[in-house]
Amino acid sequence: MSNPVATIRVLLPYHLRNLARVDGEVTLQVAAPVTLCTVLDALEARYPMLCGTIRDHDTQKRRPFLRFFACEEDLSHDSPDAPLPDPVAAGKEPLLIIGAIAGG
Amino acid sequence: MSKVRVLVGTRKGAFILTSDGKRKKWEVSGPHFPGWEIYHVKGSPVDPDRLYASQSSGWFGQVLQCSSDGGKTWAPGGNKFTYAGVPGTHMWYDGTPHPWEFKRVWHLEPSLTDAQTVYAGVEDAAIFRSTDGGANWEEMRGLREHGTGPQWQPGAGGMCLHTIILDPSNPQRMYIAISAAGAFRSDDGGKNWKPINKGLVSNMIPDPTAEVGHCVHHVAMHPDRPGVLFMQKHWDVMRSDDAGDNWREVSGNLPTDFGFAIDVHAHEPETVFVVPIKSDSEHFPLEGKLQVFRSRTGGNEWEPLTRGLPQSDCYVNVLRDAMSVDKLDTCGVYFGTTGGQVYVSPDGGDSWSAIVHDLPTVLSVEVQTLP
Repeated sequence: MSNPVATIRVLLPYHLRNLARVDGEVTLQVAAPVTLCTVLDALEARYPMLCGTIRDHDTQKRRPFLRFFACEEDLSHDSPDAPLPDPVAAGKEPLLIIGAIAGG
Repeated sequence: MSKVRVLVGTRKGAFILTSDGKRKKWEVSGPHFPGWEIYHVKGSPVDPDRLYASQSSGWFGQVLQCSSDGGKTWAPGGNKFTYAGVPGTHMWYDGTPHPWEFKRVWHLEPSLTDAQTVYAGVEDAAIFRSTDGGANWEEMRGLREHGTGPQWQPGAGGMCLHTIILDPSNPQRMYIAISAAGAFRSDDGGKNWKPINKGLVSNMIPDPTAEVGHCVHHVAMHPDRPGVLFMQKHWDVMRSDDAGDNWREVSGNLPTDFGFAIDVHAHEPETVFVVPIKSDSEHFPLEGKLQVFRSRTGGNEWEPLTRGLPQSDCYVNVLRDAMSVDKLDTCGVYFGTTGGQVYVSPDGGDSWSAIVHDLPTVLSVEVQTLP
């Protein structure tokens, strides 16, 4: 029996929305468990032009100037294999991918 | 009637400037990829509508963009630049070993014979090749692994491979240049490489005549004389008449021989253009006067070209990839500045005017001459 599939909402930063040519939130079908890793896998599978822009191609580490927020929590330093908060897994809250406020 | 298309990479996007052969009236398209750093845009000599653009960001890393319609529309290409094998270390600013880390693509050089083949010069210094239109990239590892890599050191702009020159008379011969390692040549299509820095003298390194370690800023070649190379080094303008085996200084009467950009007239292989910059401590023109210098004798004897260029209170820089020439009968010369101007001279440097005044910092300028 296959894992249940959840509908996950992801909000990309402005420049990645432009790169992926999407407006507003992205919704993804993600098979359980719903983690940062499985959500980003699904995101990159649907929008391959985002590969390497959120996490490193080879190490899969988060790029240093990006953060992951959800449910008013900073998940950036959590394990990528940790379950995302229930409201994210239930599609009630989006996973926010945020570009650090820096630069000119 | 022929026309020209100027591909401009800036700190905040790409711009495409087009004009007819008179080069008086210009159309400006852009910004393409607004908000991103566009280090370089260049078109294929085989299919001029096939363009490649290096798009990068401190937040989102490297993206490569490709166009098949001269820049009207773009599609992302592959952006996976993975060093072959275990990349090892180069020298850091303080002289300690530092791991090789990919940062960005500085220069894209499309093949002279195949529109789907393109070379990428990257930071930390290496050369990659794609043979499928920019979708997949493979490092030409013979350069980084030829032996002197551990001695290469970043310049102030990073350890970048910024110059790639393909020899039109010999498909096996390629030149590249790295700051701060020097110039290198391959005679077997990029499998094996050797330093070609004999004659360079750099007083800021422990051994001023070392085999590698020189901060070469840019190299230019005329396609009809591929064995003759002109180099703007950190300090010194240099010339080689034997494919880089030996260099001699041709700074001559230049008021300062520091600078970044250098290029060769499209129809006169002995006519060379540079933009002297005051010093490595003060990256702007001498006395606030923006001057291009032209030599019609292959170096040593230089004349200032000032008509139409600001001659007071000008403190911009002209970066290494920000000068180019067109191939119209009266060769056009172009350069972009850190102040956002792109200047054109439709008469080989005699007179200049600004095509645009207020772009973001210009990182690169390439010109296509179209039928």
